[in-house]
Amino acid sequence: MISIQNVKKVYSSLKGKVVAVDDVSMEINAGEIFGVIGYSGAGKSTLIRMLNGLEIPTAGSVTVADKQVSQIKGQELRKARQEISMIFQHFNLLWSRTVRENIAFPLEIAGIPKNIRLKRVDELIKLVGLEGREDAYPSQLSGGQKQRVGIARALANNPKVLLCDEATSALDPQTTDSILELLVDINKRLGLTIVLITHEMHVIRKICHRVAVMEDGKVVETGKVLEVFKNPQQKITKRFVSQVTEPEETKETIEHLLERYPQGTVIQLGFVGESAEQPLITNLIRNFEVTVNILQGKISQTQNGSYGTLFIHIDGEASETSKAIDFITSQQVGVEVIKHDK
Amino acid sequence: MINELFPNVKWDKMWEATVETLYMTGISVVATFIIGIILGLLLFLTAKGNIWENAFVNKIISAFVNVFRSIPFIILIVLLIPITKFLLGTMIGENAALPALIVGAAPFYARMVEIGLREIDKGVIEAARSMGAKTSTIIWKVLLPESMPALVSGITVTAIALVGYTAMAGVIGAGGLGNLAYLEGFQRSRSDVTLMATIIILIIVFVIQFIGDVITNKLDKR
Repeated sequence: MISIQNVKKVYSSLKGKVVAVDDVSMEINAGEIFGVIGYSGAGKSTLIRMLNGLEIPTAGSVTVADKQVSQIKGQELRKARQEISMIFQHFNLLWSRTVRENIAFPLEIAGIPKNIRLKRVDELIKLVGLEGREDAYPSQLSGGQKQRVGIARALANNPKVLLCDEATSALDPQTTDSILELLVDINKRLGLTIVLITHEMHVIRKICHRVAVMEDGKVVETGKVLEVFKNPQQKITKRFVSQVTEPEETKETIEHLLERYPQGTVIQLGFVGESAEQPLITNLIRNFEVTVNILQGKISQTQNGSYGTLFIHIDGEASETSKAIDFITSQQVGVEVIKHDK
Repeated sequence: MINELFPNVKWDKMWEATVETLYMTGISVVATFIIGIILGLLLFLTAKGNIWENAFVNKIISAFVNVFRSIPFIILIVLLIPITKFLLGTMIGENAALPALIVGAAPFYARMVEIGLREIDKGVIEAARSMGAKTSTIIWKVLLPESMPALVSGITVTAIALVGYTAMAGVIGAGGLGNLAYLEGFQRSRSDVTLMATIIILIIVFVIQFIGDVITNKLDKR
């Protein structure tokens, strides 16, 4: 669906040349939710803007839905843009128009007659769950509602691709989740290809099938989300992964656990994919002479499976305990024994 | 009672002068609105990083606007006499004041339009472009509606300045309340006439400000 070949973007400024995107190539499949993660200044904003021709690459080519976006101009580019819509971090709604009129805007641009326009707008309002707010102005809406208007507006002309530019970064966690759910829903229902850029691993974890990690204009790592979670290669990727797998208070919690359980062993288990769904603890208690105490755990879903971390406390004979640990390891579960500092 | 306070005021003449002032202000406000918006849009669109980025055109318009904005109005009228004569065949009467009024006010308003347009969120323009909007669509459906409160409050200020300009133009023969106040009031030492003309001008200004405020508030949904 989307093919990016050796794309480079160089900006010339007074201080010299800035390479925003440096030789990036990637393929994004139809119907996929593809995430690009990176810190600000990594070049992801420029990259996503090259997908609808808002930025023209200095070198390389970008093809979206069989159109070479990096080459076409004028009328042809404008037509192509109606099939590649975009939602924004700050929603970018027209404050002078109501919800209904905002959603109708792309239809006006496409030259859809008024009666069809009104019908389509009503459908879209229902799709994004904004019934009853049709005549409100953006200033009367919450952030989440504004983004829903943005999504409805983006879907108006039945695009093939939806680009999300930090679409949830201005929203609170709960609203973020509801917008992400909406994106997954429209991806499934309409078969829409979604490309999103973000700096939050949470967003990638929740809805993306595949992810690319960007740093200094380059893509340093690409893969299925679960694979990247299981086995991050680059330092920056590990940092992003730890955003989700390790809540901030983890370190404190561990120290606290070690103090409270001077006897036995505290173990951190890492589950990925299938193994997260096995009755591991049950097997452990049935087969070994140990007591198992669950201390803290977190299991999360990604679009291609679940993964999780679990802290347990095992107590019993030293030999039984080590056998138990061997058993866990054989179940393809990551095991890390947490040592007493003393 | 009112005739005792203003013994020398001839009400029919005062009314005629008021209509002349309103006529000059009205026509010049409409023309300034249109020309100012065109100039302002050109200034905005040809500026760096914008859709029609063109340093040359931008500099030319900018220079033109700055020059005419800087010339004191009373001098501008005199400077424009040849042009006015060429266009209208005369330099006396309300119509003769119009070229100077418009040339004096449009550049002033053009800057206000430019400021209003610059205040539009760049993201909104980007969003319209991402939807495949043509530049004309962006102008009519994004730039103008999104800056309309600023455009209206700007034209309100300009209209009030124009009322003042008409009075000045009146002194050199354009008619209107300024002319009346000067010729009938000042030169004949009938201060009641000057006072009455001033009161009417103040009322016109207050009404313009009121209308401008009401429209601005109604338009602004932010």
